[in-house]
Amino acid sequence: MAILLNRSTRVIVQGFTGKIGSFHADDMKRYGTKLVGGVTPGKGGQTHLGLPIFNTVKGAVRETRAEASIVFVPPPFAADSIMEAADAGIKLCVCITDGIPSQDMMQVKRYMRRYRFEDRMRLVGPNCAGVVTPGQALMGIMPGSIYLPGRVGIVGRSGTLGYEAASQMKALGIGVSTSVGIGGDPINGSSFKDILQLFERDDDTDAVVMIGEIGGPQEAEAAIWARDNMRKPLIAYIAGLSAPKGRRMGHAGAIISAFGESAQEKVEILKEAGVVIVPTPASFGEVVADTLARTKKAA
Amino acid sequence: MDIHEYQAKELLARHGVHVPRGGLAYSPEQATYRAREIGGAKWVLKAQVHSGARGKAGGIKLCSNDEEISNAAEAMLGRKLVTHQTGPRGKLISRLYLEEAVDIAQELYLGFVLDRKEERVMIVASAAGGMEIEEISERKPDSIIRATVDPGVGMQGFQAREIAFGLGLESNLIGKATETILGCYQVFRDYDASMLEINPLVVTRDGSLVALDAKMSFDENALFRRPEISELRDKSQEDPRETFASDRGLSYVGLDGNIGCIINGAGLAMATMDMIKIAGGEPANFLDIGGGASPERVAKSFRAVLGDKNVETILVNIFAGINRCDWVAEGVIKAIREVGVDVPLVVRLSGTKVEEGRKILADSGEAVIVADTLAEAAEKAVAAWREATKNKKAA
Repeated sequence: MAILLNRSTRVIVQGFTGKIGSFHADDMKRYGTKLVGGVTPGKGGQTHLGLPIFNTVKGAVRETRAEASIVFVPPPFAADSIMEAADAGIKLCVCITDGIPSQDMMQVKRYMRRYRFEDRMRLVGPNCAGVVTPGQALMGIMPGSIYLPGRVGIVGRSGTLGYEAASQMKALGIGVSTSVGIGGDPINGSSFKDILQLFERDDDTDAVVMIGEIGGPQEAEAAIWARDNMRKPLIAYIAGLSAPKGRRMGHAGAIISAFGESAQEKVEILKEAGVVIVPTPASFGEVVADTLARTKKAA
Repeated sequence: MDIHEYQAKELLARHGVHVPRGGLAYSPEQATYRAREIGGAKWVLKAQVHSGARGKAGGIKLCSNDEEISNAAEAMLGRKLVTHQTGPRGKLISRLYLEEAVDIAQELYLGFVLDRKEERVMIVASAAGGMEIEEISERKPDSIIRATVDPGVGMQGFQAREIAFGLGLESNLIGKATETILGCYQVFRDYDASMLEINPLVVTRDGSLVALDAKMSFDENALFRRPEISELRDKSQEDPRETFASDRGLSYVGLDGNIGCIINGAGLAMATMDMIKIAGGEPANFLDIGGGASPERVAKSFRAVLGDKNVETILVNIFAGINRCDWVAEGVIKAIREVGVDVPLVVRLSGTKVEEGRKILADSGEAVIVADTLAEAAEKAVAAWREATKNKKAA
């Protein structure tokens, strides 16, 4: 069933009636996502895009049995919305919002730990493109048409670079089980490792493409985990070979501030852990195709 | 966002951190007058630029009379200070800070950072202060003490005490050190800092604990709720290309190459720069124009990129997801005509309605080099740049 999201996942939108929320809610609905309502405090009882609006996430969950929520709330209030979702029993929260202060995210992560692991909400993002299970459902801002349904998982920090990879794969007839954008912020809900664990367990995924970038420890942590625990092939690209140290490259988290955070160093760590490296951002398609062919031969 | 040493010291002093007496000066006369105000017999004149390692670069001077202060100020003001942190372009010295000289008995290191692994604020301290933290972790790794703060409850007294004792301070300094560490944490948290470094934190010969230097950076995502920090921004310390772009809501980082980049999405922007490098060129900048790629944003981006006189070729790479390539193509043509582009221009569009977009570019009559793939775009940009520089040399 791919990971995180499928055609029967019941989804609500937080920040439903805003310009961005409305636009993407409509897009997700047309893709086939089971959208069951939205939340905008103060507009409860009204309808929007033919769906009910609720004042609170708890109210929405009670009435619609929603399991998943996508957040389009502006940065100053987004952390509050994520915590509201966690408290209302939402199982998956995808936060698109770009620009949430780091200290707010520290509090969000701390807050989520008050729930037992089994009951804890999974957060994807913030500052991400979202999650798509091609042919089934989309929770995000990505163009659904660039993904062919298939058996390769994608996890990446960046939106458009993920689209680039998916369309290179599509051009070679390679489809995607689920694509997950974990976002470009220094503190995020799900790490590369968290998502790799899901793909490794998923019967509909044969291989995983990881699209990392400069900054932070998550790619290295994922590579070590994969070396010790993953049977499926892991294929990776790290963006930012030409990025100078100490400069923030667009994403709040894309900054080389410590040892091991440059693209070159990360590629070395990944290679040592046996990860297949995509040498240039123009060769996602062929490297994935080669790897799949080799895996088939071996099996 | 970075601030100056004197600004950081003002914030810290308000929260119980001891700093030397000092004052700001914009001219040699003001600097000598400050010396009179502060009193004493020895002063340190410090160039206020957003960089560490100022001492080695001639940005810090010990003075013992008016003449020395005046001469040092004269020599520093209006000059660009080049350190290994500023890059070869250096940073303009337009403010000086004059401080009473302190008799140092011991130098310590105290830093606060956002630890991405722990996802918490981490305190890093060492009794081997005076050198940069990278050097400390290389030469005296055992001297480093670390602690993380639970964001639910904030930093606790015992954590500060453990660090103070861990630094090997005399018992009469433990109380002061605890107060200093907790004060720093308070400032870090209350103003949404992303980095705070006191290096060195010194024990003076008369037994007090003083922050001799202070460096702070702030989380730009939190500036909406910290207007008092936004006020401390000093644009003279920024790359003017970046100031121009950031004032127009563009995410831009200036680099030293010749191929200007206009791309949507941070990851794709970095990847395109990598591709240029692989193809044998050097990117002039990072630029993410954001999701929309509206004609207005495209035009602003062209202005920002062309503001850099080193740019000899431009590469546009847009993945149209939510919007359509034909709209983006129209925006690009409109921007070219509005802004006037006099260097070779390579455009690569992909995503929705890509055929229509390419056709608009081809039919426009403008000298646009169209590329289909990322690899082709980078190769064509580098080839066009080589051609252009060859022609320039010939002319």
